[in-house]
Amino acid sequence: MANEIEKNLHLKNICKSFGDVRAVDNISLTVPAGSFFTLLGPSGCGKTTLLRIIAGLELQDSGQVILGSEDISSLPATKRHINTVFQSYALFPHLSIFENVAFGLRARKFAENDIKKRVTPRLEMLGIESMCNRLPHQLSGGQKQRVALARALVNEPDVLLLDEPMSALDAKLRAQVQVELRSLQQKLGQTFILVTHDQEEALVVSDTIAVIRNGVIEQAGTPEEVYDHPTSKFVAEFLGAANLIEGEFVENRFHSTLGSFQLSTTPTWRSGTVAFRPEWTRIHESDPGGNSFRAKIREIIYRGTDFDIWFEPGPIRVRSNTYKHFKVGDQVWLDIAPTDLVVLDA
Amino acid sequence: MKRSGVVISCLALMTMAFLYLPLLAVAFFSVNATKYGLVWKGFTLDWYVKLFSNEVILGAAVNTLELAVISTVISTVLGTILAIGIDRFPWSKRSATSLDMILHLPVVIPDIILAAALVVAFGMLRLVSSWFEPGMLNMVIGHVTFQIAFVALVVRSRLDAVGKDIEEAARDLFASNTYLLRHVTLPLILPGIVAGAMLAFTLSLDDFVISFFTAGTDSVTLPIYIYAAVRRVVTPEIHALSTLVLLATVLLVIGTERVSRRFQQR
Repeated sequence: MANEIEKNLHLKNICKSFGDVRAVDNISLTVPAGSFFTLLGPSGCGKTTLLRIIAGLELQDSGQVILGSEDISSLPATKRHINTVFQSYALFPHLSIFENVAFGLRARKFAENDIKKRVTPRLEMLGIESMCNRLPHQLSGGQKQRVALARALVNEPDVLLLDEPMSALDAKLRAQVQVELRSLQQKLGQTFILVTHDQEEALVVSDTIAVIRNGVIEQAGTPEEVYDHPTSKFVAEFLGAANLIEGEFVENRFHSTLGSFQLSTTPTWRSGTVAFRPEWTRIHESDPGGNSFRAKIREIIYRGTDFDIWFEPGPIRVRSNTYKHFKVGDQVWLDIAPTDLVVLDA
Repeated sequence: MKRSGVVISCLALMTMAFLYLPLLAVAFFSVNATKYGLVWKGFTLDWYVKLFSNEVILGAAVNTLELAVISTVISTVLGTILAIGIDRFPWSKRSATSLDMILHLPVVIPDIILAAALVVAFGMLRLVSSWFEPGMLNMVIGHVTFQIAFVALVVRSRLDAVGKDIEEAARDLFASNTYLLRHVTLPLILPGIVAGAMLAFTLSLDDFVISFFTAGTDSVTLPIYIYAAVRRVVTPEIHALSTLVLLATVLLVIGTERVSRRFQQR
């Protein structure tokens, strides 16, 4: 454990192009040892390419990959102490579950009883020891994912990479596995790097989220930071839902077509955008004063635990669990606290 | 709907009959107890007994098998290496397409062209060494040249089906090139290799054109013998011989089918 703490992963100015497409465009970041780091972005943003560069399965055009104090930029995957859980799981179809998990140890010529000593506890930890003699095609999706996880973890990698490991699971199982993955990482204290396009998943499991767009890190920070204080329209809209209002900042107030608002931070621009979350907005039947504006209910959508209410002008979306007093066509006041209006970078 | 179904079934049956009746006729005459004529004179296995006491035919059978086994082994090894090389090496897009075309050419080129080319090539090689006199060596080389393409195509489609994910996973799990090849790639493409080898074997077994152009006097194969014999007179021994060759081919095809189906269940 002690030496794992030193093994931070540094990426320095990584670039990678495929033909004319810049998949990764000068990305630098540090993943602290023992943390759960998530690369979040829409498909095609370059997050999987970045993961493959860390794994050594793809060679960067320029830049360095440094693990601890060692420069591993030009080491092939075979020589890196980094293991991957693949999106397709990529289990060996001709090998039993036990042999699948033992593969990395056998390839490095571990002794037979050592292999058994290492594989069995991993199988038990992930609750798949009863299937160790089966073949991969006899397993369910969730079980395959556990095998893939065990197969990577048994090697005690300095960094574990997870490439959209939950995309093949159904919603209910996914939610459960997210929590398990988080507690597994905390128990082991190993560095996990997850690639996903699912913002909810990223918020649940991560210590740090890096939001990637067009091969560039758009914003990085704790889940709270990126969710509560997005710095760009893209991040605001990609993580959860956001209402964006454009306007001008004049005489310490933000003026838009919806009304004029007080902000808690002073923007650097004169004309720009502020964002607020649907669930931070309160609805009033009479004018509450302060940061409020008048709006008409256009549509109410039932979502089970709460309601999405769409207003005009806008469209503005408000998420509420106390809609029952309202109906479509009602004129109400929407109220947002100054601290809940997030000033986006120009 | 129902009527058109009946019509289609009938057409299918007639096509099958068209394909298989001549073959059945050969089998029928191979057990008919008369040397000439088309009338049924009773069941006999005499022709088969005679066949097995004919040393020329037995010699041809041995030649055929020898040629098929040797050329299949060589072409399977080379074809598999070729397939892995084409599929797994990171070729540029352009060279990949041209490699693909070169690989497909021997499959579509008429045998007679290939045979004529071989005759010319061996003629030139004979100037260098007397090894290339018409005979078994030339026949093996000739057969390997067209078998390789078939083996490589079958193995390649299997490589495609296996995908690259699994090999990447093996590399990620510290497998060296040899470990990867021995413990992952080869076991996974084995069904393709076996199917390719069986296809190559059948092709060699009933090849006439290339054998005919490259054979020497002491390396006559069954197809060449049958051709020569038929030109004189069709004897019931020939029917018996043809029936046996047919049977061997059918068994091979069924075998290939079984092997590939068993592996596909994974």
